[in-house]
Amino acid sequence: MSKTIKAPVPEGPLVEKWNNYKSNAKLVSPNNRKKLEVIIVGTGLAGASAAASLAEMGYNVKSFCFQDSPRRAHSVAAQGGVNAAKNYKNDGDSVYRMFYDTLKGGDFRSREANTYRLAECSASLIDQAVAQGVPFGREYGGYLRNRSFGGVQVSRTFYARGQTGQQLLLGSYQALLRQQHAGKVKLYARHEMLDVVIIDGKARGIIARNLDTGKIERHGAHTVVLATGGFGKIYYLSTLAMGCNASAIWRAHKKGAYMANPSWTQIHPTSLPQSGEHQSKLTLMSESLRNDGRIWVPIDKNETRLPGEIPEEDRDYYLERKYPSFGNLAPRDISSRAAKEQIDLGKGVGPLKNAVYLDFSRAIKEYEKDVIAERYGNLFTMYKKITGIDAYKEPMKISPAAHFSMGGLWVDYELMTSVPGLFAIGEANFSDHGANRLGANSLLQACVDGYFILPYTLQNFLADQINIPKTDVNHPAFEESERLVKDQMQSFLNSKGKKTAEEFHKELGKELYDKCGLLRTKEGLEKAIENIKNLREEYKVNLLVPGTAEEVNSELEKAGRVSDYMELAELMCIDALQREESCGAHFRAEYQTKEGEAKRDDENFCYSAAWEWTGNASSPVLNKEPLVFETVKPSVRSYK
Amino acid sequence: MKITLKIWRQRDAGSKGAFKEYHLDDVSRDMSFLEMLDTLNIKLIKQGELPVEFDHDCREGICGQCGVMINGIAHGPLKNTTTCQLHMRSFKDGDTIYVEPFKAAAFPIVRDLKVNRSALDHIIAAGGYVSVDTGQAPEANSIPITFEQAESAFDAAACIGCGACVASCKNSSAALFTSAKISHLSQLPQGDKETSTRVVSMVNEMEEEGFGFCTNTEACQVECPEDISVLNIARMNYEYNKARLVKK
Repeated sequence: MSKTIKAPVPEGPLVEKWNNYKSNAKLVSPNNRKKLEVIIVGTGLAGASAAASLAEMGYNVKSFCFQDSPRRAHSVAAQGGVNAAKNYKNDGDSVYRMFYDTLKGGDFRSREANTYRLAECSASLIDQAVAQGVPFGREYGGYLRNRSFGGVQVSRTFYARGQTGQQLLLGSYQALLRQQHAGKVKLYARHEMLDVVIIDGKARGIIARNLDTGKIERHGAHTVVLATGGFGKIYYLSTLAMGCNASAIWRAHKKGAYMANPSWTQIHPTSLPQSGEHQSKLTLMSESLRNDGRIWVPIDKNETRLPGEIPEEDRDYYLERKYPSFGNLAPRDISSRAAKEQIDLGKGVGPLKNAVYLDFSRAIKEYEKDVIAERYGNLFTMYKKITGIDAYKEPMKISPAAHFSMGGLWVDYELMTSVPGLFAIGEANFSDHGANRLGANSLLQACVDGYFILPYTLQNFLADQINIPKTDVNHPAFEESERLVKDQMQSFLNSKGKKTAEEFHKELGKELYDKCGLLRTKEGLEKAIENIKNLREEYKVNLLVPGTAEEVNSELEKAGRVSDYMELAELMCIDALQREESCGAHFRAEYQTKEGEAKRDDENFCYSAAWEWTGNASSPVLNKEPLVFETVKPSVRSYK
Repeated sequence: MKITLKIWRQRDAGSKGAFKEYHLDDVSRDMSFLEMLDTLNIKLIKQGELPVEFDHDCREGICGQCGVMINGIAHGPLKNTTTCQLHMRSFKDGDTIYVEPFKAAAFPIVRDLKVNRSALDHIIAAGGYVSVDTGQAPEANSIPITFEQAESAFDAAACIGCGACVASCKNSSAALFTSAKISHLSQLPQGDKETSTRVVSMVNEMEEEGFGFCTNTEACQVECPEDISVLNIARMNYEYNKARLVKK
């Protein structure tokens, strides 16, 4: 039965809520902390920062990642920066303004108190990262430098060249390894979580597979934290790493954790376009390029001249034209949709006519090449490596690509899922970004969740667990989970069909991108649901996985991930179908203004959809968490 | 393009390995090197053979998980480029390409082209950090760092931990990797406080993990995707000697 769910938020005015929470949260004394075990799955910014912080407090942490080292988690690839309301630029920034920008950027579809807390904790993150030795960009006098990002009118983004994610991650990775060295963290690299184990209604452990040996392992703890990132890779072509997956959160979902707003996927406007069928991923070019680059397409769709030969009057700088106050820095959802509109009109550029120009010629004239090289040098180099083109001489060609999951596991104010004792942090949860995430808020959320929020909220939970003995991994719940995991893998191996998991994934991704991507319609979504169901049936009988389960087997790993995608994809379509409005990245063609902008329906859809697993992927239950705005009045989101 | 591949196949660290020859007839110039291997693997799976296991993840040159020897060169012919960023346009129609794992005593083979590089993590765990707990940090702008200082530290901090330096070194030394972290942190006021304990601890760990000694051939920098400078090794040696002298 569908129900209304509540996420209790602390008392008091918005600005005091988090402090009120912290003042009243339960504590665990240092001598009790060492009796408690915490499992954290994922070692990106959220997972590593949480693991390090909790270990520093004295908890025993087990940290898992599927990569061969925690330093490789995909946070490493974030380029542009991290936001913080430091107001170092004296340009009118404040915690409130940052909160409002984030809330508005998310089209008023996030939980007000969570979003405020994100902005509130942002300044401490910069302090922490600097103290760890993260080499942020500096002014010549030695103070920290800032730049601007999409969807805002102040400069609050801190950055470390075009490798901000890498440097922040190395900071938290080093903090994590410091605790490993101190004996407070046990590290399990090349381990993939395959199930959450629930005992007496609480998450008490996981089943993991050692990817080097194929061995299935049981790990117990007093609580389990999922920091397993986003699932944009479900679209196959995406900016995510090849290994990024939804399996941890999906398997948690099937154990009772609600999935919230799963269809809200950010399609990033500045990725490199697809060049052919062999393509395995799309490389992102940081949005920071839009600070100095201008986006345009030729006015004539039959244009044949090279970009440099096309005079100004024959170019359409469509973002500057449509959104004069934000121009090239319009938020991502709007920029991506605008690009799609031009490409659909036949004005796309490049051999497949699937891209738009991002042009630096004016900035190079204005500031000289050296300045541009210092700001974006590594991005220009990367562009040249991949395309063979020198972007100092001719404009880059960019195109939209699946990027970030605003949706994810539903969590309450304490970041706990609907399963007691199971927490979700970072991109794996859903809470702070609403229907569209602003640039440079992703690194922020991951870090803030891990360094500054979870250590308080998890402790509040653990305070009631101090008398609970160590989890016994021989409990029947572990046996049952292990058996199901093994049976599933064996069924993949037994299928002996004709298509690889990768081939199925490509088909699924294309279907989803076409019908549940930038533009959604009732008709398209219904068709997609039907096609996905068929594909899922075919997957059961026509999958081809070589090798065995008791050895290194990348194909078997993929088979499990794609199998989960097959179910999640349907839920994404169901979610997009039920939301008969447009908001942020969720754009339903039926619900738009005369000017073609998203038309929100606050009367009927001002809620987060928290889906509940029923045992059948095609009939989930919709629970609704009404979004209550105590402080801000939702307005029409305009960037004109 | 037609490409002949000679790929190192090895079941596990305990088994004997050998080159095996494969032919691909329809390789696009725009494919990345790893996409070419993907193509081969789909073909192998359909023929009922085991695919070639290789490590990779982000495929945009930053995670450091990919890395193989291509015609004897770590990450292949392009300078300052990871394997995933190498494209087939760097090869010619009819080329034969030798593909091997990164080989070093401290990097045991997992299977085929996959090796275990956790020894690099152990070196970082021995001291490659600033000892600051969450919550202890002072206001960020209270530690001014000049532009030049930050940029220089960054040049060292840019290391992606792929292990190409080790694979390129005739002694399998991890000096470039280790020194990059020492250099990153010792150039910053936050990290400098612990330089002497850090350098001794990390250098000792490097030896314990079975990496060889540096004999200054400088092959490591040449193959490093991030062009990490060998001058970092000089700084490490300087700091190491200083720490030893002060200790005595």
